[in-house]
Amino acid sequence: MTTNKTSSRSLLAGDVGGKRLLIILLLGSVIFPAFNLMLPESSFFHISTYTLTLVGKYLCLALLALSVDLIWGYCGILSLGHGAFFGLGGYAMGMYLMRQIGDRGVYGNAELPDFMVFLDWHELPWFWLGFDNFGFAMIMVVLVPGVLAFVFGWLAFRSRVTGVYFSIITQALTYALLLAFFRNDMGFGGNNGLTDFKEILGFNLQSDVTRSVLFSCSALALIFCYLLCRWIVDSKLGRVLIGIRDAESRTRFTGYKVEYFKLFVFVLSAVIAGVAGALYVPQVGIINPGEFGPLNSIEIVVWVAIGGRGTLYGAVIGALLVNYAKTYFTGAMPEVWLFMLGGLFVVSTIYLPKGVVGLFQNLQARKENSKIGTITGVGT
Amino acid sequence: MKDCLRALASLSLMLACLYSPAVYAEELSFDQTVNALALAKKMKEKERVIAQLAMTSSEKKLQVLTSLQKGTLYYRKSDKRVVFSKLVESQYRINDVLTGEEYGLTEKRKLKKINISNKLRNQLRLIVAKIYLSDKNDERRSRAVKDLINSPDIKTLGIIESALDIEQNSTIKQNLQLASALIRLNGENEAGRLLAIHDLEGSLHKKVISALIALQEKDDEGRYVEPSEKVREAAKKTVASMQGAQEFYRFVENLFFGISLGSVLLLAAVGLAITFGVMGVINMAHGEMIMLGAYTTYVIQQIMPNYIEISLLVAIPSAFIVSGLMGVLIERTVIRHLYGRPLETLLATFGISLVLQQLVRTIFSPLNKSVISPEWLSGSMEVNGLLSLTYNRMYIILFSFLVLLGLVFLLKKTFVGLQMRAVTQNRAMANSMGIRASWVDALTFGLGSGVAGIAGVALSQLTNVGPNLGQAYIIDSFMVVVFGGVGNLFGTFFAAMSLGIANKFIEPVAGAVLGKIIVLIFIVLFIQWRPRGLFAIKGRFVED
Repeated sequence: MTTNKTSSRSLLAGDVGGKRLLIILLLGSVIFPAFNLMLPESSFFHISTYTLTLVGKYLCLALLALSVDLIWGYCGILSLGHGAFFGLGGYAMGMYLMRQIGDRGVYGNAELPDFMVFLDWHELPWFWLGFDNFGFAMIMVVLVPGVLAFVFGWLAFRSRVTGVYFSIITQALTYALLLAFFRNDMGFGGNNGLTDFKEILGFNLQSDVTRSVLFSCSALALIFCYLLCRWIVDSKLGRVLIGIRDAESRTRFTGYKVEYFKLFVFVLSAVIAGVAGALYVPQVGIINPGEFGPLNSIEIVVWVAIGGRGTLYGAVIGALLVNYAKTYFTGAMPEVWLFMLGGLFVVSTIYLPKGVVGLFQNLQARKENSKIGTITGVGT
Repeated sequence: MKDCLRALASLSLMLACLYSPAVYAEELSFDQTVNALALAKKMKEKERVIAQLAMTSSEKKLQVLTSLQKGTLYYRKSDKRVVFSKLVESQYRINDVLTGEEYGLTEKRKLKKINISNKLRNQLRLIVAKIYLSDKNDERRSRAVKDLINSPDIKTLGIIESALDIEQNSTIKQNLQLASALIRLNGENEAGRLLAIHDLEGSLHKKVISALIALQEKDDEGRYVEPSEKVREAAKKTVASMQGAQEFYRFVENLFFGISLGSVLLLAAVGLAITFGVMGVINMAHGEMIMLGAYTTYVIQQIMPNYIEISLLVAIPSAFIVSGLMGVLIERTVIRHLYGRPLETLLATFGISLVLQQLVRTIFSPLNKSVISPEWLSGSMEVNGLLSLTYNRMYIILFSFLVLLGLVFLLKKTFVGLQMRAVTQNRAMANSMGIRASWVDALTFGLGSGVAGIAGVALSQLTNVGPNLGQAYIIDSFMVVVFGGVGNLFGTFFAAMSLGIANKFIEPVAGAVLGKIIVLIFIVLFIQWRPRGLFAIKGRFVED
């Protein structure tokens, strides 16, 4: 435990923003559930279950943003289809939760989920087998997005599909999945998706304790993945990735197998996205094909761009900020939200190439500069 | 007073009907027969009155007879006026048959329907068919014949045969022969049936094949519907000979649908081929340019509601200007700052697309708007019974080809086009040769957007005009451009056509959604094989 701490400390030596973020997250993962569970509702500091779940949802989306920043910020791979991996992870979790319902569904059929009874199916399709088991489902959460990313990435990187071409075919990928999951015949609930979940590992999903635990899990997963990503980008491997980002051909000519590096980081990113999806689904209580929408995937990229690309903690901050703004504005002024979001895209790409994080860094640097300026001014 | 007289007249008429059927034979006017209709109680009487009505020379008699067929002919209980009625909510809107006077909404209990029996209904059908067949208008006659083909009835044979003798129009004559043969197919006489099959040979009407196949079927007890072996054999042979033609026309139809879908894709993608292909700008707001074009069409139709026929012709240049100006605006304010950063351009233009969508939603409401199709776009050309080509699809194909040719001409043969190509190939060199690259950029982007606007005019005729119109086409457009190879209009044309045709040929086998998925997967795999598209530009300047 102590060694772990020291290693993480050295890991974050040059990452002030990351350090602050992780401390806040760590505190949050304890304080939020504690304030929710221990304080009475009348207390000023009480955090409602609604808020807790909402913030937990943001944390999952932040994890998703982190996975995109890992490939876009550090390897220059712009995926406009990361929602696909998020959605697949979510569906794997959703299938487990579906099986947990058992005979408490509307039709009371212990063998089949409600929508299959509704479609007049008599047997569980083969790809649903095994999802009764939590361990198996968790393996699938990692495996399904990972394998898809591996196959897709292997094909794409090997034939050197880069830049916008890659972005466009990732979009085609998620669009194809969207269409496929909309079909009832696929066996994933058609356009209603999977919902009406009752419990996870025997714990009631509606209870405050379960929600708190899920919240803490999301925060911890975010912390863990953050450290993992930080470790990777700081390692020698990370240097190669940055090399690929800045000059792919040159890196290749230096003798690195560019496609393997890309493939590794792409698969890892997909797995993280899958985990984010799996944590997201039990908290929001539904997964449907909408998650595969091309628009959603582009939105993820915007969180990263607004937060600050290539900093990791910028992605997390961007995801939290934009999603909070989305919740606020779609509630208060739904008309304005799309104007806001669209405007944010334009403004952040033109005026904030380094995102909010970059803005603060600039301000700080200017402050220090002016300090130095006054000091030197006194000197002369 | 007038009503009183009329009632008296009808009364006398009724009496006449009852007692001396021979006397009134040719003397009754249209008005009298209509009034008698309300008074006739027994079916027998009604039958006579209807026969009388059919013999009058009034223009309105057809309307009365068809209304009677449909069961919308009523009379008012209070004064026995015969009225046309139309159900509006739970009341009836009625107007007088004779005077055309509107009586407004009336409750049901004040009216009485003029009922007819099944026997009478069959007779009515004959009478109506006969009147239609002797109509002077070709179109009405041809419609009546088609109706006869669709429901062959042995009783109509006589009318058809007599109509055949006097028919001048060759198409209608052919259809009449077809109708007659279809009826004779179920005749009593074996030789007659054989002759009918012989007559049907070479005809490609859908009805013919199904009728011939029906001849070979067995009924519930396992006996053949058609008793004669000879007839069955002949039917089988004829069907076999027709199947080849049927398959051929199905293929032609699929091809036509494919080309028309390809033309839609071409229209949607060709603007993108310019902005993305020629300039390297990924314009995610391209779909919204299409949407703006479609809304421009809507607005034009609102401005000139009396000139719907020419509204599209006005809309085409207007849409080009609206979308084109918007394109120039976007280029000058946003994209100018982002050249050489394609991924950032993608995000910024996506932001613009969201803003435009919301803008349209705020101005026009989120609901779909209906754009009216002018008369000359509706209808279809019937090549034969198996193949009919709709006019709007044909116009779309023609239109997309014209747009493509216009663009090729602009890029290859004009001075502006020359400048555009120069800037594309080598920006720095073009600049130093005195071409204002930034000006050309704005112009090129405006051109691409304007063409998207034109596509919007065409699409407004095919799909719903709503804020999401553009989104539906943006992914398809990108697929077309990427598949065809960037910077190559011929590649775009080829890609649009092959994707459209492939889609339509997969659709009947795999279903629409699965077909689309298959095409998407195909493109994803195809990109692995040729990362720069089918007709990639070769050379050094291709490298990022």
